[in-house]
Order: sequence, then C-alpha cells, then structure tokens
Amino acid sequence: MTTPLTLFIPRDAAARSVGADAVARAVAAEGERRGLDLTIIRTGSRGLFWLEPLVEVVRDGVRYGFGPVTPDAVSGLLAGVAAGRDDHPTALGPVEAIPYLARQRRITFARCGLADPLDLDAYRTLGGLKGLHAAARLSPEAIVDAVTESGLRGRGGAGFPAGIKWKTVLQQPDAPKYVCCNADEGDSGTFADRMLMEGDPFTLLEGMAIAGMATGATQGFVYVRSEYPAAIATLSAALAVWRRHGLLGADILGSGRAFDITLRRGAGAYICGEESAMLESLEGKRGQVRIKPPIPAIAGLFGRPTVVNNVLTLATVPMILAAAGGETPPYQTLGVGRSTGTQAFQLAGNIRHGGLVELPFGVSLRTLIEAFGGGTRSGRPVRAVQVGGPLGAFLPAGALDVPMTYEALAEAGAMLGHGGIVVFDDTVDMAAQAEFSFHFCAEESCGKCTPCRIGAVRGAETVAKIRRGQEVEANLTLVADLCELMTDGSLCAMGGLTPMPVLSAIRHFPEDFRAQPPTAAHPHLEEVTP
Amino acid sequence: MAQAWGTLHPPTPQPVSAAACPDIATLCARHGGRADAVIEVLLDLQHAKGCVSDADVAAVALALNLSRAEVHGVRSFYTDLTPEPVAHRRIRLCRAEACQSVGAERLRVALEVRLGTAIDQAGPDAEVALETVYCLGNCALGPGVMVGDRLVGRATVDRVLAALPAGEDGDP
Repeated sequence: MTTPLTLFIPRDAAARSVGADAVARAVAAEGERRGLDLTIIRTGSRGLFWLEPLVEVVRDGVRYGFGPVTPDAVSGLLAGVAAGRDDHPTALGPVEAIPYLARQRRITFARCGLADPLDLDAYRTLGGLKGLHAAARLSPEAIVDAVTESGLRGRGGAGFPAGIKWKTVLQQPDAPKYVCCNADEGDSGTFADRMLMEGDPFTLLEGMAIAGMATGATQGFVYVRSEYPAAIATLSAALAVWRRHGLLGADILGSGRAFDITLRRGAGAYICGEESAMLESLEGKRGQVRIKPPIPAIAGLFGRPTVVNNVLTLATVPMILAAAGGETPPYQTLGVGRSTGTQAFQLAGNIRHGGLVELPFGVSLRTLIEAFGGGTRSGRPVRAVQVGGPLGAFLPAGALDVPMTYEALAEAGAMLGHGGIVVFDDTVDMAAQAEFSFHFCAEESCGKCTPCRIGAVRGAETVAKIRRGQEVEANLTLVADLCELMTDGSLCAMGGLTPMPVLSAIRHFPEDFRAQPPTAAHPHLEEVTP
Repeated sequence: MAQAWGTLHPPTPQPVSAAACPDIATLCARHGGRADAVIEVLLDLQHAKGCVSDADVAAVALALNLSRAEVHGVRSFYTDLTPEPVAHRRIRLCRAEACQSVGAERLRVALEVRLGTAIDQAGPDAEVALETVYCLGNCALGPGVMVGDRLVGRATVDRVLAALPAGEDGDP
C-alpha cells in the first residue's frame, strides 16, 4: 500500500459540463487499479473555468493543480503523482500561486472550491459560522451598524446600501418579517450566484440567518431559478444539514432568536429577478412587477417588512461580521469612493480565460479582460463588451480603461449590474445585438406596463427595418424616441434599461446601423427550414 | 382564435373533487397546503407528468383554495409550465448574449439541420425537442446546452448528441 493521497475534483455544474464527473470516475478506477490509497473530495469550483476539469492533489499540505484534465490523461497523471513527480503536461503547480487566483482578493468567495460544500466541519475549519456567532452576541442595532459601516451595497445590480435597507426593516413594528434571497440569476454573462450556491451554500444560509437576527425577521426564502438544478439540489441538501445541526429553528446559537429558511424554485421567468416580481412569485402568483412605493422593506412579502438581497450581498455579510474586531482590514477599506469592498466580476462570452475574478472595486475593464481574461477565445480583436447583463451597455474596445465602480460606469453611460462581462470579437453585428436586446425584452416582459410590453415589440420591429436599410435615419429617430419613453415610463428596470444596450450600440457602433447593402435578418429571428 | 377560446374556457367544465385526484391532494399537502406554494406544486406535476393539464389546474385550485383562473394564470405565465406534454427528450440551447458571442446561432442552425427540426417548433409527438433557453449560468464555457438535466459546456453538435439519450455527462 502507498501513502494516502487526497484529491479534490469539482462538482460544480460548469466543471461537470466539460467532464468533471468522468474524470472523477477515471481517477477512482485508476486508483483502484494501481492499488493507491485515494480520497476524492468533490468541491465547488475555484472559478478558473478554462482550466476545468481542474484536479487538485495535496502534497505536504499544498494543493497542486492539474487542468484541464481529460479521463485519458488520468492514468499518466496518477502515475506521476504517486511517484512524487510534478511534470505531467497538465501540471499547474500550487493552485494558490496560479496568477489568475493569486492576484485576486477573495472575500465573498474565500471558501468556494476549497472543501466539500456540504461538510459542516470543513466549513467551521475554514472560518464558517464565525459571523453568525458574532451576530448572536450583538443586538440587532449593532449588527445593522456593522453592515452599514462596511459600506456593503446590493450586489444584484441596484447597488443600494444593505445596512440602510436592513435598518428600515428593523424599524418596522409589523411582524412577521421576512428575508428573501434573490437567486434568480438570469443575466447572461453571470454565474457567481450559481457558483457560490453550489460551492459554498452554508455561507449564504449564514448570511440570511444574520439578516434575520439583525432585522427581527423569522422566516427566510431563497428563490432559485429552475435553470440551476444543481444549485437547487446543493442548497436543498445544505438546508437539511443546517436543520440537522440545529442551525435553523426556534433558537439560533442560543441567541433566543428564531429563523428558518424555505427554498423556492422559479419556473422560467427572467422578470422574477426583479425584486417585486420575485415577491409576487413567492406568493404563488404571476411574476408581475409591483408599483413602488411602498418599498419591500416596508411592505414586501405578504405585505410585511422584507429584506430582499442578492445571493452575493447576503453571502458577504458573514465575512464582514467575522472580521469585525479582527486582524483583517475592514471591508470598507477596500474599493474606491462609494464603491466599497470587492466585486465578483464574471468574465464570459468570447474570452480565453473565462471565470470568476473577485477584486476590490476600481480595477479597469481592460485589466480584467486582458490581464485576467487573456483576450478573446477566438483570438480575434475585442470589438464590444457588454457589462452588467442584457440590460447593460455595450462598450467599444476603445473604452476599456473605465474603472469598474458604480460611479465611473454610470458616468460612461453604463452600469455594473451583477458584475457580468460579456466579450464580443470583431465579427459581432451590433445592429443585430440591438435587435436582440428588444427581442429579449419582448420575450421576458411581464406585460404589466405598456412602455415595456409594447415598446419592446415596436423596438424590435423598427431595428429590423433599420437593418433592412429601410428609412434608416427616420427609424433611428423613432428608436431614440421610443427609448426615451421606455426609460421614463416603464415600471421597472426591464423596460427602463432595455434602451441602455440599444442606445449604446447605436452610439458606439453607428456604422453597423447604416450598413449597405442591407444585412440579413437577425439569425435569432430568422425562419429556418432544415 | 376559437380554439384558444375553447382552451381557456372549457365549454363543459368537468366537476373535480379532491378525492378524484388523491395524488394532487397529497402533493399539495407535501407543500404544506399553502396557496403560495402553488408554483412548487405545478413544477412537481410538470416534472412527473410532462405537463400541467386543465384537469390538474382545476384539482390544484380546489386543493389550495384558489380559483381556477388564478392557477391558470400562473401556468400560462411561466415558461416551464405547459398545458401540453413536452417531448421526452429535450435539448435546450442557450441563445443569450454570452453564448451568442461564441457561436450559439451557428450551433442552433447545425442542430436544426442534424435533428431535422426547427427550434421551438416541436409538437407534442416530437422525438426530440430543440428549445430556446436564456442563460444556463455556464457563460464562461459557452455555448451552453442542457440535454435533459445534463449541462453541456463548449457545446458542439457531436457533444450534444453524445449526451442525448445514454451519453456520458457531457464529456468530450
């Protein structure tokens, strides 16, 4: 028998989508064949997706990475590892030293990818539950103050200060109160919520429990989109573990405060990522947005005071409370100006090194795309970058020096949204993208307000005319008018922000809208007879 | 139009009792009999039976003390809930921006040609349904495709078809 070997292989859906399960099976089979004493631990992902499946082997307490690993490579890899060599073609050296990871500042994602996401002992070893224990010793006001002082802002897209929202809920005399976690991560180019729910679900549960202690809320809901079956399964298992260990229920950690969490699935509606539509859906209704005011903090779920926060906002709270009074620098010392703390940037689309990059606010878009992302996957020049999901602006290659903060992006006519960055190379047709933006809004509009419901359809039709070369200037004026109306008159961000990608495409890429001869119809809308 | 009207308002509503649908009553009870859990109940039905029929709508309404109109309204709002059965084998192709940037539309055409079916056009009897989905959360490894409940990253026609009935978890 040889010395025991511990291997880590992700169970994250993205890693599995490129073969992590087959690699894990091959490792187990090959280990048996060679008579090795193997322990395989399935973890979350590190977020270095271009290296998936990423296999990590522990030697002298250091985790060495190999990736991307195919089942065929497993035999050679294990032979080398068993012999104490580190020369396999997929060898990456110590994982923590890979520059992509070493140059990050991981706070929210500090634990993601390190351990079995459902192993509570491992969670404790990695600092889990410290935040909840700290909160249990504090008064609700003191917890709210700690979150307010941290400068943490809503990571769902709106960037509203979390502490102020919590304070409003705390001050409401009404009961019961609720904590609703928005895990309806529908923006193309974003996967941070999914990665965290699959890789470190306990952190999210801990953040929700702290929100409950801080505001007097006794019931939590997590609303996860149905397109994330693996996240739903992991969270569901995580809730069972917490229940078994008494971390949910009548008395959390002897604080005398009660809190429970229910998992709810979405059913295929992008609009349910809008907070009031999500609340409607949680009440078992059509996901139509509500007219504000009142704000959810005063009258939210079932008309009661409700904290509505994104996954990443809630999952950052445990780190903030755990660090309070500790040796680590406080959260608010990171970032720039009013953009405090770190942001999980997600490099997506046509990018060589796609993945999750957590850094303090202020890093430039160029650094993210070039230094981390390594440029396009196709090897062609970057032409456009959409920041902040399908409702975010397209920026041209010349505008990549913008610092990634809420304020600087707003100044550049863009927005951070949920931190998704989608890269397009020079083959992109920006008029087609503008048409798609309207088309997506038409598909996903809840239908409650006219500017969004009808404006999106008219917008798609009008951009289609422009693309056919039909009265181009007059129709561009019409689109501008329509966008003004949608921006000013829509009930929520769906109709209100769809003009952002459309107008930014027209502004930065005017040549694509005046193409002669007329271009083909958008492939998305084209009729195909196979 | 007449047909749509007929679907919305069955001319002779069949009386439904909870006793006639013990499975639905049990299902609702499993979700605490709460009206706000109606989407959970309908999703369970959709997964178990491949659709949420008009009879199911009526039975769920009765069990949760909702009106049929309310349950019908929920079913018609959410993409995942369908009155007609969905194909047994489903290929859901992400056509959102991140996947577009790495050739999702080229993949769509190639899959349409290979499968001999247009996207989102499959009838209830289709062997394989090719459907549009917007974002599967695999945006760094696009194009993303969900084959059944199996996610395939950096999808190609061959990788999708390999995952189709008895393939390996999206492995190359």
